[in-house]
Order: sequence, then structure tokens, then C-alpha cells
Amino acid sequence: MSQNIFALVDCNNFYASCEKLFRPDLAEKPVVVLSNNDGCIIARSREAKTLGIKMGLPVFQVRDLLRKHDVVAFSSNYALYADMSQRVMSTLETLAPRVEVYSIDEAFLDLTGLDFSQNLTEFGISVKHIVQKWTGITVCVGIAPSKTLAKLANHAAKTWHKTGGVVDLTNKDRQRKLLALLPVNEVWGIGGKLTKRLQQLGIDTALQLADADPNYIRQHFSVVVERTVRELNGESCIALEDIAPTKKQIISSRAFGERITDKQQMCEAISEYISRACKKLRQEQQLAKHLTVFLRTSPFSDKDAPYSASKSIELDSPSSDTRVFLAKAMLLLDGLWMNGYRYAKAGVMLADFYDPGVHQPGLFDDPIVQKDSDQALMQLMDKLNSKHADTIWFASQGSQQEWGMKRELLSPAYTTNWAQLPIVK
Amino acid sequence: MSAVFIGNADSWPKRPIPFYADPVKAGFPSPAQDYVERTLDLNELCIRHPNATFFVRVDGDSMIEAGIYDGDILVVDRSVDADHGDTVVAAVGGEFTVKQLCTRPSLMLLPRNPAYQPIRPRNGEELNIFGVVTNVIRQMKHK
Repeated sequence: MSQNIFALVDCNNFYASCEKLFRPDLAEKPVVVLSNNDGCIIARSREAKTLGIKMGLPVFQVRDLLRKHDVVAFSSNYALYADMSQRVMSTLETLAPRVEVYSIDEAFLDLTGLDFSQNLTEFGISVKHIVQKWTGITVCVGIAPSKTLAKLANHAAKTWHKTGGVVDLTNKDRQRKLLALLPVNEVWGIGGKLTKRLQQLGIDTALQLADADPNYIRQHFSVVVERTVRELNGESCIALEDIAPTKKQIISSRAFGERITDKQQMCEAISEYISRACKKLRQEQQLAKHLTVFLRTSPFSDKDAPYSASKSIELDSPSSDTRVFLAKAMLLLDGLWMNGYRYAKAGVMLADFYDPGVHQPGLFDDPIVQKDSDQALMQLMDKLNSKHADTIWFASQGSQQEWGMKRELLSPAYTTNWAQLPIVK
Repeated sequence: MSAVFIGNADSWPKRPIPFYADPVKAGFPSPAQDYVERTLDLNELCIRHPNATFFVRVDGDSMIEAGIYDGDILVVDRSVDADHGDTVVAAVGGEFTVKQLCTRPSLMLLPRNPAYQPIRPRNGEELNIFGVVTNVIRQMKHK
């Protein structure tokens, strides 16, 4: 049996790179992207990182620093990022037969069993080159026999510029050399709490974790950590998944076993992805405000006409209610669906997350309200409307205006709105 | 000049256009002939590589002799390698510009309007090409 081989492709400074792509005047300038309330820094360009601007910092704390270095700040433009993500991911699908979209800016490629006429490093370089050329987004590629090692290989590719952004970690000696250099908390799935406990056992580096006895680890930690130990030793225990376990956004998608040509079937598939994604969202105890639906034909078929499209929508207020997202997804699908294509893949992405209670919900969109009380609320609303129209109008207007103010640094929807295309002179 | 009617489109590029098997004279499609055989899709015609294709809008008249006018939408394909003579979108001086690429006798971006000067990269300066223009979309009737 052939050895498993995975590649992790990760976009460099994704949100900031999306913003820069359409602003040649910002090519060498530091750029940051702000969270949904323009409150915190959630993405930084290479130049901004060099200035020492940290992730997650509230804007008011670094306002002077931003001003001093002429840092350009953007509100998060999820319509743009989702479209660019979809371009990167479908480009990757032309390069490898099995792709797991792991987050908005990361994907695992399963290269197992592929016959490479070129070596893996060359393959990685060509992936990097093609994604850059086609989409304008720069990526790093880490290649290894397990997903956990591929993650670390990618980390190495990002950290050390000498690598040229591509690291092939299929060689055992290279694996051990790299693991010895990395602290244990750099390992995929090893968080803060776990790191502390491991350190108490004298496990500080990734290599020490790799060399730990798997049985001991299972008894004292969990099967999950045991799996990590095996993965660090090049034994693949985590296969490609259809649903990406991440907290920045949730993506649920799958390549269809057979091509879909019927809209009803597509509705069913999208509904299924929505319900899985929303379930995941509730498990993470998060609310999402942004929904993307995408579908595409097979990039490998010469017979099929190519079609690849995505649409996004922003809810009035964040929700985790399956019904809410389902209704919106069907609207988006109506706009996306074109008869006559043989669809190979579709999926949904939830993004722009909020902790419950952080966002002031509108009167109609409390996600925990049940259907009956929803109706009661509607009736109450109708009654109030006829008597005190002004008051009701004021309340809803207020929340919308507040929202508008908090995205004052929003860039145009360069790729998803005819009225906001980039200008060429 | 004659035109052959091939179908109706209400909006582009979202909708496929019904393709009529029997071509008819412009303006008078017979009800008997409206058997829809398949659909024509402008995406198919204009977009070879959807993942690498971007739309941009033209501002200015530097390319009028190449048939590119103010307000036109350009279909730009990043996956195509730019060759001598191609119309390209490039980043020059911090903004996007559409010009004709000349690689010989020397590298430059050629405007197609005598009122404009060619753009030559200075020594050691790289030409930053965003993509190759494959199609021009112009609205002929404004609502």
C-alpha cells in the first residue's frame, strides 16, 4: 500500500491580501483588517506584522501606531473574502483530485496514490505558482504523510523564507529535525491547557511529543492526543473531512458522487450542508451573520462546460437558526443555479461570528425565539405598528444605522457587484 | 451588415439564453419555431477560466483605437500568459491601467490613442501585469 501524502495549502495573510489585490497603491503598504465591529485587528499584511502590530488588539489601543506608520485599515469585507476563497479553492481542485476546504484560507489536498512525474517539492511550487497567477493570492504549501505533519510543514514554509514557501516533510530525518525546533503548542490541536500539562511531563517540543508512548498518552490525556502522537510519527489517522472544524468560519461542502443536474437535488444537498453547518455553529456556541453558497462543475472534465459561482448574503443580525440560514441559502441558490450544467461540488460557508449576547438583535431576529412566539411577536408588532408606528420605526432604524457606522472602512465588493468593479485607466 | 437572431436574453451573465434551432430574421421570430433545443451561455463564450477571471471597468479614452471606451467592462483572465500585442491590465504608479503590451523591440505599454504616451518601465523596474483582457462588454442601449 502506498504511503499517505497530504498537502496543506494556506493563504498568506488572506484577508489583507484580498484587500491589496485590487489596490496596487497599497502594494508595499501595511494593511490591517478589522473585526465585525471595526473593533479589533483580525488580519495583517506582512508589512503590518513587521511593524509589530499584534492580532486581536483593539483598534483604540493601537490607533497611534496605525497613524504613525500610515497603516491602512479595512472593515472586514466577507463578500470579497468568500469570493476570493472560492477562487483559490476551485483552483486547487484543478490541481489535486481530493481537496478538503479546511477554512476560508486553508485546504488539505490528499495526494495519496498519485503518481508524481515531478517530485513533491516541485509539485508544491507549481501549486503555489498557479494559485498566485490565477487568483493573485500567495500561498504556502506543506507536504507530509499526515495532516498534523502537513500543518507543521506549512508552518515551517511560512516561518522560514529560505524554503520559498514550500516544504516537503515526507522524509523522516527532516520531520525529526523540524519537530525538534518547534514548541509543542505549535502542534495542530494542542492548545494552551494541554500544553501546560504536557510541559509538566517534560514535553516541551513537538519532537518530545512525537517520542512519547502513545499508550501512556491515551491513558493520561485522550485518544485525540494519542492520535496526534501517531500523526507526528507519520502515521495518518485523520482523513479528509467534508466539514471543516474551525472557529473562524464553518464550511460544509462535498464533491458529489454523481453529477447533479437537477435543481431539486441541489436544494436537498444545500439544505443538508446548511443543517450540518448550523449544528456545528451551535456546538461552537457561536452566531454567524454571513452566509455563502457556492457550486461548481468538475474542473477535470473536458466535456462539461465550466461553471463556478458563489453568492453571499449578510443577515440583519447574527443567528444560529437553521431555518434562517436555510431560507437565505435557497434565495442564494436561486441566483446561482443555471440549468444545463453538470455540477460536481457545492457547499456553504458561515462566517462573521459573534458570541451570543454580544450583538444587539433586531426585534424580529432573535435566533432563540420559537416559531409560536415568533408569530405572537409578529402580531404584537402589527398591533404596535398601527398605533405607535414611529416608535417601532425608530427602533429598527437605529440598529441599522449603528451597524452602518461600524463598517465605515469597508472596501468595495470588487468581484461580486457590477457597480463596484475595480477601475482601470 | 446582417445579423442573425439567436435568442433572447433578459439579464447577463446570470441567465442562459435559449438557443433556437432554426435561425430566423431579426425581429420576427415565428411562434412555430420557438422550440428550445439548448441554451447558449455568454459565460461559456467569454470566460474560459472562471476562477482566474475578473471584471474591471474602464475609465478614460487611452484605448479608443483598440475599441475600448470609457465605461466599458473588461473581462480579464489572469491565467493567460501575456504576449506581445495582447491587451493587458497592469498596475502602474499605484493604479490599474489598460494598455497594449509590447515586448519588442522593447518592453512597454502602448496606449491606443495618439494623445497618450507609451509607458516604459524604468531600469530594473518590473512590469506588474494583473491579467490579459479577453473580452470587452459594452452596453449599447442605456436604460
